[in-house]
Amino acid sequence: MAFFFAQFLTGLANASSLFLVASGLSLIFGVTRIVNFAHGSFYMLGAFIGITLMQILPGAIGFWGAILLTGLAVGLIGAVVEMLVLRPIYRAPELFQLVATFGVILVIQDLALMTWGAEDRLGPRAPGLRGVWRIFGEPVPKYDIVIIAITPFILFALWYLIARTRAGILVRAATQDREMVGALGVNQAWLFTGVFALGSALAGWGGALQLPKGGADLLMDFNIIGAVFVVVVIGGMGSLPGAFIATVLISVLNVFGVTYLPQSTLVLMFVVMAVVLIIRPYGLLGREEVAGEHGQVGAPDMPIRPYGPVGQALVAALLLVLALLPVFADQFMLILMIDMIVFALFAASLHFILGTGGLVSFGHAAFFGGGAYAAALLVFHTDTPMELAFLFAPLAAGLLALAIGWFCIRLTGVYFAMLTLAFSQLVWSLAYQWRAVTRGDDGLVNIWPSDWLGETASYYYFTLILGVGGILFLRHVIHAPFGYALRAGRDSPRQAEAMGINVKRIQFAAFALAGAMAGLAGGIFVFSKGSVFPTELEIAASFDALIVVFLGGVKTLAGGVVGAGFMTVVEDWLTRLEYWRLLLGLVIIAVVIIAPEGIVGSIRTFWNRIRGSEEEAAK
Amino acid sequence: MTEILRVENLKKSYDGFLAVNGVSFTVEQGELKALIGPNGAGKSTCFNMLMGQLKPTAGEVFLDGQKITRQKPREIWRKGVGRTFQITSTYQSMTVIENVQMALLSHHHRLFAIAPRAWKLYRDEALEFLRIVSMEDQADRSCSILAYGDLKRLELAIALAHRPRLLLMDEPTAGMAPTARVALMQLVADIVRTQGVSVLFTEHDMDVVFAHAHHIMVLNRGELIADGDATEVRNNPQVQEVYLGGGTLFKEAQDA
Repeated sequence: MAFFFAQFLTGLANASSLFLVASGLSLIFGVTRIVNFAHGSFYMLGAFIGITLMQILPGAIGFWGAILLTGLAVGLIGAVVEMLVLRPIYRAPELFQLVATFGVILVIQDLALMTWGAEDRLGPRAPGLRGVWRIFGEPVPKYDIVIIAITPFILFALWYLIARTRAGILVRAATQDREMVGALGVNQAWLFTGVFALGSALAGWGGALQLPKGGADLLMDFNIIGAVFVVVVIGGMGSLPGAFIATVLISVLNVFGVTYLPQSTLVLMFVVMAVVLIIRPYGLLGREEVAGEHGQVGAPDMPIRPYGPVGQALVAALLLVLALLPVFADQFMLILMIDMIVFALFAASLHFILGTGGLVSFGHAAFFGGGAYAAALLVFHTDTPMELAFLFAPLAAGLLALAIGWFCIRLTGVYFAMLTLAFSQLVWSLAYQWRAVTRGDDGLVNIWPSDWLGETASYYYFTLILGVGGILFLRHVIHAPFGYALRAGRDSPRQAEAMGINVKRIQFAAFALAGAMAGLAGGIFVFSKGSVFPTELEIAASFDALIVVFLGGVKTLAGGVVGAGFMTVVEDWLTRLEYWRLLLGLVIIAVVIIAPEGIVGSIRTFWNRIRGSEEEAAK
Repeated sequence: MTEILRVENLKKSYDGFLAVNGVSFTVEQGELKALIGPNGAGKSTCFNMLMGQLKPTAGEVFLDGQKITRQKPREIWRKGVGRTFQITSTYQSMTVIENVQMALLSHHHRLFAIAPRAWKLYRDEALEFLRIVSMEDQADRSCSILAYGDLKRLELAIALAHRPRLLLMDEPTAGMAPTARVALMQLVADIVRTQGVSVLFTEHDMDVVFAHAHHIMVLNRGELIADGDATEVRNNPQVQEVYLGGGTLFKEAQDA
């Protein structure tokens, strides 16, 4: 019983820092509607800046002063990021900002590497709180007790700020209706900057406060972001008390998980989140998201048409070049092209549900990696011939998408995104922790294609036919009645239901189709590399696909493919450099700011403008 | 005349507040019937229950003698009830004609087809419906750039594409200029006459209602207080009391 209680206290102590970070994210999302992936980076900055300041400032006052200053410093950095990166793109399509925040993650990662080096830092102990107190005979670190005691005051302070001050009233009003607050003469830009700075400061404090229990390293941004999103979603987006309850729930469960079910630790919080969202689709204390509540942002979608003669000729010419490539290209070039086609098919499958269906999935890698693992497992364990195993890639991924889609399709917007993320984490942790079957992070190796595909050139043709075939098939479906019905459900679910369209069923089918096509890409991938590792299922893999779709242009049909091509080439060049993350991040941010409609969308707008002025000149 | 819609004792309560309290009425084949009433009378609640958006607390709705109460909007549509919305709801990323084609694809059960090109299917048929609402010259324009009145007409064409036996129109002329209102209601009246469809609509503009509706129902505080032709409704003392401020409007219409 005493041990039980001590465990509980450890959970509560872990909760305090997580709550700070999560409340910051919740606040930012509530007001600005930005899904800030870079939030973990501010947490990491908090840890590093905290350590640096604690080394400079001596004693207990120095320690707590350092924590205080860290928050202010990180808040300042947050304000700068908001003004430079996010302010120019508030008018861009919804969720486009998340690509920019991903760029910020990369930039901060390399800046941190430059400033603090690659070594992990151990956090200093809090002066005067080094030992343990005995509670029912069990040792509990003094620092744990202190931060457990502090947390309620932080919650109270935040609550007071939001509920009782003028600034808080503005923030709450903006959470409910941004346009109205703007119409009442509040300067939205500064309100957003202020909220973003406060949210970042909270993340910084979280990072500094956990130092005596942990430390600082360059992976902590990604390590915490999953937990933070889970907390915010379980609690209900934008709800501080909800975030608090969820943090305590997750942290305590986690501590007990480590003790009693060590192999489940990675899955546990995502299982909790999935269960909560299935029972309460908008989180414990969340409010239902009303579609269109905040108005249509950005230019309306254009009607779609298959390419005219010029477009078709261009595509045919491109295909011809691709078909003749092995004649003049070297081995390296062919492998790069295989990667590009695989990535393009993966992105096109995500674009299909995201662009055409309006379903933003944060976990699409589950199907790519799922397909790859399905084929690899068959080859690895049962020596299934490559041809047969390959067929299982899209099949298994499609079935997985049916299963996951059955839970997710009932949700919309950010909650849909989060539940797909949770399920993909579930799949990832299976691959990572079920070592008996998947060999964990050793991966499955020696998964080579049959002899007739053994040559790089022949595998290139195999990739070209299936990959490009898959992309063209998806394009065809978009122009078919099924694709139109999917678009109808995205444009106006109300009208669609009123004209006999079962929107959820159409979306469910589309989700499964997209999953199968991602699985096909995964199948091509695994036999081209000869191996598969859990990294293919990571959140980062899902985000890669999201980024290229947004970069290419969500509202254009070619967006996914063009974005994937662009990204493969840019990455190939940049990764040869030492600080390639910094450069890649800057490239992403630059594209986002210069071309807010994505690459294809901006070219189209530019093209229309030229043509428009020509037509006017002709008159 | 044959009865097409029968509503029996329809009720909706929100936490004890009765928004609609025991409403019963019928709509006949080929009839243009209006449901009017002051703000908050329960018109929209009533409509949303007929169309399946809201589940009634009590009461039944019959279409051609068949019970449709508590069915989903899309099921009610399949049975032959079309609708237009108070705030227009169209597919912004499609052209005008594609909006109508979408309804035809659903009508012909082709929603899951992946082989044909959608924009080639039922184009001529869709043009016919656009012709009914005089929108055929705008067929290939993008829906996102249409004027509001044109959107209203497009919605009407979409609703007609399923050849509904009953059309439910929620405030069809809301947000339109006076002349456009008259033109749209004239169009609806023509459609009722030529296509044999029945129309039930809610409306705020009394000119529109008294000029076109065959029968008028008046709803007040969730209860039906009148149901009859224009003269009967005009002379109903209860209606006059409810519309005290608008009394002159009735007299004017009477004089004319």
